[in-house]
Amino acid sequence: MTDFYQSQRAMRNMRQAALQRGVIAVLDVGTSKIACLVLRFDSPDDPREDGLGSLAGQSRFRVIGAATTRSRGVKFGEIHSMGETERAIRTAVQAAQKMAQTRVDHVIACFAGAQPRSYGLAGLVDLADGQVSESDVARALAACDIPDFGAGREVLHAHPVNFAIDHRSGFGDPRGHVGNQLSVDMHLLTIDTPAVQNLLYCIRRCDLEIAGIASSSYLAGLASLVEDEQELGAACIDMGGGATGLSIFIKKHMIFAESVRLGGDHVTSDISKGLQVPMATAERIKTIHGGVHATGMDDREMIEVGGDSGDWDKDRRRISRTELIGIMRPRVEEILEEVRAILDAAGFDQLRSQQIVLTGGASQIPGLDMMAARILGQNVRLGRPLRVQGLPQAATGAAFSAAVGLCLFAAHPQDECWDFAIPAERYPARSLRRAVKWFKDNW
Amino acid sequence: MQSLRADRRDRSERPGPRDPAPSRLAYRAERLWLTPGFRRMVRLGLPSFLILAATVGYLGDSGRRDALQAKLVDLRLSVENRPEFMIELMAVDGASEPVARAVRSMLPVTLPASSFRIDLPAMRAAIEQIDAVASAELFVRKGGILQVTITERVPAILWRNGAALEMLDATGNRVATLLDRSARPDLPVIAGEGADEHVPEALTLIRTARPILGRLRGLVWMGERRWDLVLDRDQRIMLPEIDPVPALQRVIALDQAEDLLGRDLVAVDMRNEARPTLRLKPAGDGQDEIQAKVDGQ
Repeated sequence: MTDFYQSQRAMRNMRQAALQRGVIAVLDVGTSKIACLVLRFDSPDDPREDGLGSLAGQSRFRVIGAATTRSRGVKFGEIHSMGETERAIRTAVQAAQKMAQTRVDHVIACFAGAQPRSYGLAGLVDLADGQVSESDVARALAACDIPDFGAGREVLHAHPVNFAIDHRSGFGDPRGHVGNQLSVDMHLLTIDTPAVQNLLYCIRRCDLEIAGIASSSYLAGLASLVEDEQELGAACIDMGGGATGLSIFIKKHMIFAESVRLGGDHVTSDISKGLQVPMATAERIKTIHGGVHATGMDDREMIEVGGDSGDWDKDRRRISRTELIGIMRPRVEEILEEVRAILDAAGFDQLRSQQIVLTGGASQIPGLDMMAARILGQNVRLGRPLRVQGLPQAATGAAFSAAVGLCLFAAHPQDECWDFAIPAERYPARSLRRAVKWFKDNW
Repeated sequence: MQSLRADRRDRSERPGPRDPAPSRLAYRAERLWLTPGFRRMVRLGLPSFLILAATVGYLGDSGRRDALQAKLVDLRLSVENRPEFMIELMAVDGASEPVARAVRSMLPVTLPASSFRIDLPAMRAAIEQIDAVASAELFVRKGGILQVTITERVPAILWRNGAALEMLDATGNRVATLLDRSARPDLPVIAGEGADEHVPEALTLIRTARPILGRLRGLVWMGERRWDLVLDRDQRIMLPEIDPVPALQRVIALDQAEDLLGRDLVAVDMRNEARPTLRLKPAGDGQDEIQAKVDGQ
């Protein structure tokens, strides 16, 4: 567990340095678009007693630059072509820098893919002196038995979700409480190492320092779930271009995250194949005329498909909107069915409140909420991200949930297990042995 | 009818979809340009350095420096010597002939000259250094005339200082040296070292002594502290340091009542106010006796 401590801590330190400097960029590397926002932090050092400022700490920053560019070379939320992705990141960062009129050196990135997998862990320690101290929390976190998630996977998030002292559970912050035993529930999210390495490499090639990295399904939940939904329990479904992220929140902590490797781009490619049109045309037809519920009027609404072949018959094709819906609907249903399967596997039906929030670019298909209500459950709503200061109107849509969530993550990150000190007994034995050897050699 | 070649030209102008991504070099250059320090250096540091370097390079050569200086001097002279700034003549008002001659000789340049060459305050200070001049006003009048208006000191008293006879005004400032007492018989005489610093007091005493003015030969400042009135027939009135005027008035009153000063006295000593003393001429001096008889006493 110590190895990723180091890299995550380095990122945390970098984030602190960026906040000191006052300017940080957030980068959402998605399948259909790459969004870059430049944040300016006004007063980085006035923490209140509870660690929050006004507006839950969101008034501390302001978006001073925003840019999006069409993503190239990203598939299923993972980097597919390094050069193309690097150029797309460069485009977005340069445009955002130009709007902000400042240079950005630190960037916090998020991405949807890399097959996130959730683990729930539990740790239990005896309290030596009755009262819970910070080192006890660290010991409890270190006592969690890490599952064997296999080589080539890395821990992305490790949130302590719940603390229990003896038989009392539900503590957010157990420090100072008196008891005999401290137990902790921790949520661990692992991802594929190569996918992360690729992303980090691309960002480094753009002369930027990584100040943090996060999963976009987590961030979409952070941005689009309102506070009581996060508290009572809700699932956020972030329907992106190439991957659909899913995160379940309860008591303001993420307890589960997964992603389906299907998204809006698959709907577009279905239209492209079904209508024999290029992807760009298919995308345009989808966004302008798309839908998932056919009505009688849709039979009469004819859509010019177009084509650049020079053949009159092919270029003058017209289809009814019903046909288009007939192409889109099975794919959307498939995505939602996959989500449903994951929710069932995660035990979402055990939660008291089963609110489902749809967000992300693909959630803007008209009629999606009705269909989702049929497949996922009755409590479905469409979510848009929280409003943050200075965000351009064009970037307030559902497609920017992850980017806005990244802003909130940059301003006010949740405690992760590497924010606590490593307990002494967990230090690698090798260094202790070396210290003993040094004493033996010298005395 | 459409040209067959139009399409080809069109395509050569747009070779495929444009890549919006900046090149690595352009990206780095833009980031460098957005760095505040670099930006400030390019916008302020570089131009000022270039200007400085050009100036230093140009002025490094002494020939160019001299030429530049000569050009500046020429320019200055050409402005100074414009007819608008020339002073043609000098008018001295309110001064007697010798003073006016002295003032004229003090002008540092020969007329006509540029008014930039004459430092009026300095010249005014120099003119006011002349003892006979109480104050002077200098200004350049329209038409190129340097107008000098002088207020002269009025001599009020003569001061015999050793061999020299100085004319002083009412405040004790020197006006001129007199060679001969008979040149100004109308002015009273004072004598004694430091007497010039007490001229107002002396004038008050002289005004008080108006009844005996015909007999008054002068005042002597004794021991730098008090006045003696010297009358003819070697008589003296010795006045105290403090309040000499009432003492003198007492003496004059006595004289008018008793003809005190007409008697055979050497001195009336009023130095001690409580004990005025008369000093008689020593007896036995036959000459005096005869003289007394001649005078009918």
